[in-house]
Amino acid sequence: MLWPDIVGFITHVLSRHRFRTIVLWVAIAIGVVAVNLLTALGEGAKSYVLKEFNVLGRNTLIVLPGKKETTGGMPPITGESPRPLTLKDATSVSRLSGVNAVAPIVVGNLEASYAGKIREVLTVGSSRDFFIIRQLNVAQGQMLPVLDLDKSEAVCVIGNKLRKELFKNEPALGQWIRLADSRFRVIGVLKKGGTSFGFDMDDVIIIPVANAQSLFNVDGLFRLFTEVRIYQELDSVKRAIAELLKERHEGEEDVTVISQDAMLSSVQEILDTLTIAVAGIASISMLVAGILIMNMMMITVSQRVKEIGLLKALGATSSTVRVLFLCEAGLIATMASVSGLLLSYLIILFANMYFSEIQFHSPWWAQCGSILLAILFALVFSWLPAQRASTLSPVEALQGKQQKEIV
Amino acid sequence: MIELSHLDKRFQIGDQTVHALDDVSLRIEQGEYIAVMGPSGSGKSTLMNILGLLDRANSGDYVLDGINVSKLNEAERTRVRSEKIGFVFQSYHLVPRLTARENIELPMMLSGVPAKKRKQKVDDVLNKLELMDRAHHSPNQLSGGQRQRVAIGRAIVMKPSILLADEPTGNLDSKSGEGVTKLLESLNAEGITLMVVTHDPTLGDRAQRQLNMLDGRIV
Ligand SMILES: Nc1ncnc2c1ncn2[C@@H]1O[C@H](COP(=O)(O)OP(=O)(O)OP(=O)(O)O)[C@@H](O)[C@H]1O
Ligand SMILES: [Mg+2]
Repeated sequence: MLWPDIVGFITHVLSRHRFRTIVLWVAIAIGVVAVNLLTALGEGAKSYVLKEFNVLGRNTLIVLPGKKETTGGMPPITGESPRPLTLKDATSVSRLSGVNAVAPIVVGNLEASYAGKIREVLTVGSSRDFFIIRQLNVAQGQMLPVLDLDKSEAVCVIGNKLRKELFKNEPALGQWIRLADSRFRVIGVLKKGGTSFGFDMDDVIIIPVANAQSLFNVDGLFRLFTEVRIYQELDSVKRAIAELLKERHEGEEDVTVISQDAMLSSVQEILDTLTIAVAGIASISMLVAGILIMNMMMITVSQRVKEIGLLKALGATSSTVRVLFLCEAGLIATMASVSGLLLSYLIILFANMYFSEIQFHSPWWAQCGSILLAILFALVFSWLPAQRASTLSPVEALQGKQQKEIV
Repeated sequence: MIELSHLDKRFQIGDQTVHALDDVSLRIEQGEYIAVMGPSGSGKSTLMNILGLLDRANSGDYVLDGINVSKLNEAERTRVRSEKIGFVFQSYHLVPRLTARENIELPMMLSGVPAKKRKQKVDDVLNKLELMDRAHHSPNQLSGGQRQRVAIGRAIVMKPSILLADEPTGNLDSKSGEGVTKLLESLNAEGITLMVVTHDPTLGDRAQRQLNMLDGRIV
C-alpha cells in the first residue's frame, strides 16, 4: 500500500470514529500540555530565583562567621560560641590586593518612628561599599558617607516604601527618624528596587555599621560582602581572605568564604532537579494517555475484526494491516501532541501577560520530549493491538471470530 | 488451472473433530463454469475458502497455475490471491464508510497501484457493471443487487483468472439474483474461471459442470 493511500485511509477511519478520535486527541493533548506547563512553571521559578540571587554580581565573595564543614575534631570543651567576624577583620580584608570593596553587614529588625508613626523595619548596618556591591542607587539625597568602619554617624538612607509610610508627601531629606532610642538624619532615599536576595529593599533603613553594632549591642558581623577587582582573581582572593582570617583568628579556620557562583550553582542544581521531577510527574499523564490509546486500539481491533479479515482477503498483507494500525495511532498522537503544544504556548503567553514578575517558558527539551514521548507511547501501546490485528486469519476474521484472545 | 490432490481440512470443536474436507482431489481448467452444490455443512464454503487462499488445508496439495500454493508463506499467498483470485461473498462484505467507487478501488489500493492508474480501471469496471451513476453512493444507499454488483466489481478489478462466489445470490430476491447470475456468466464468457456455490438446482444446472458435496467429499 502506498503512503498517500495509507494516510487517506486512516484519516477516513479517524473522521468516521469521531468520538474515539476526540477522546484520544484530548488525552494526548492533556499529557503534552501537562508536561509543558509544569516544566514552564519549574523553569519560571528557576529564572526568578536566579535573578534574585544574581544581584550580587559574579565578582562577589561572601564571608560568614563559623565553619560550614565538619573538621572531625572534638567540639570545644568550653561553651564558647565561634569567634565573631569583627570590623577589624573587615578593615584588614579591604587592604588585601585584588579587593575592590568590602561591606560589613549587621542586620536586625527595629522600630522606626517619625511624628508619632511607628513602623517595624529591617535595619541594615553597613558602609558606602554596600551600595557599590549591591548596585543600589539613591533617588534623592546621597548614599552613606565614606567613614572609617568603626566611626559612628547618625545618618540613614531609607527605602522608598518606608519613606511613603513615614513622610507621605512631605520631604524626607533632613528629617530625623527615631530608631530604637537613637535618632538618625535622613540623607538619602533609595530608588524603587523591589526585593532582592531576600531583603525587601523598598522597606529598609541603612545606617553606618558602627551605629548598628551599638544599637543591637553586638561586636560581630552578620557577614561580609567582598567584591574582587577582576573575576579571574576570584579564587586567589578567596584563598587570601581565608588565609588572612585564619591568621587573625589565631590559626582557627572559623569562617567560610563562598562565591556567588558556588551558591548559584548549588541553587541551580536544586531547581534543575525540581524541574526534572516535575517533568517526570507530568510524564505519568502521558503514560495514562498511552494506556488509553492501547485500550482504544484493542477495542478498535475487536470492532473491526471483520474489516481486517476483508482487507486481508482483498490483498492486504499482515504488515500492511500492522502499518495501518500503527500509523493510525501515530497520526493521531502527532496531531494531538502538536495541538497540545500550541495550547500550552497560548496558556504560557497569557500567564506571562498576567504575572509580570515571573516569566514562564517551557524549555526546548520539554517541548520536543513531550511530542516524541506522546508519539512513542502511542506507537508502543498500539503495537500489541496492531500485532493482534495482523495475525488474524482472513477467513476467521471474516466470520467475526478472533483467532487468538490476547487479554 | 487448478489442481487439488488429497486435500484434508479438519476443525476442532471442543474434543470433537469435524472433517470439513475429506480427501478432496479436483482438477479445474481455465475458463470453466462450475456449480458447487450439497447440503448445509457438507464443506462447500470450506472448499471455496481454501481455493481462495483465505484458509489452509491440513494436508494435501493445491497447485494454482503451476505454483504449489500450499507451500507458500502468508505474504506470498496474499500476493497470489490478489493477482489471481476474485472472491464474492454471500453477505457482500463492503466497507460501509467507503463509497461504491472506493470499495471497488480497495484491492488496487491495498496492493500498491498508484492512484492515477486506478482511476481508469475503476471507471471501466463501473461502466461494465452499469454502476457509474451509483459510484459515489455508500453501500447502505444501494439495493442488495447493487451491493452485490459492487462486490463483484471489487472482485474483478484486479483482473483475476478465477472468480469464486459463495452463494452470491443467497441474500437476494429472485429478480436481482438473476441479474447477478447473468453478470457472473458474462464474465465467465470473457474467459474467467467461475465457481459458484448454490443451493438452487436450476442455477446449478446452468453451469457446465456440477460438483456435489457430501460430508466433505465430492460425490
Ligand atoms: N471455523 C470453523 N470452526 C469450526 N468448524 C467449522 C468452521 N468452519 C466450518 N466448520 C465446520 O465444517 C463443516 C463444513 O462447513 P462449511 O461452512 O464448509 O459448510 P457449507 O457446505 O458451506 O454449509 P452451508 O451450506 O450451510 O454454508 C461444518 O460442519 C462446519 O460446522
Ligand atoms: Mg457455506
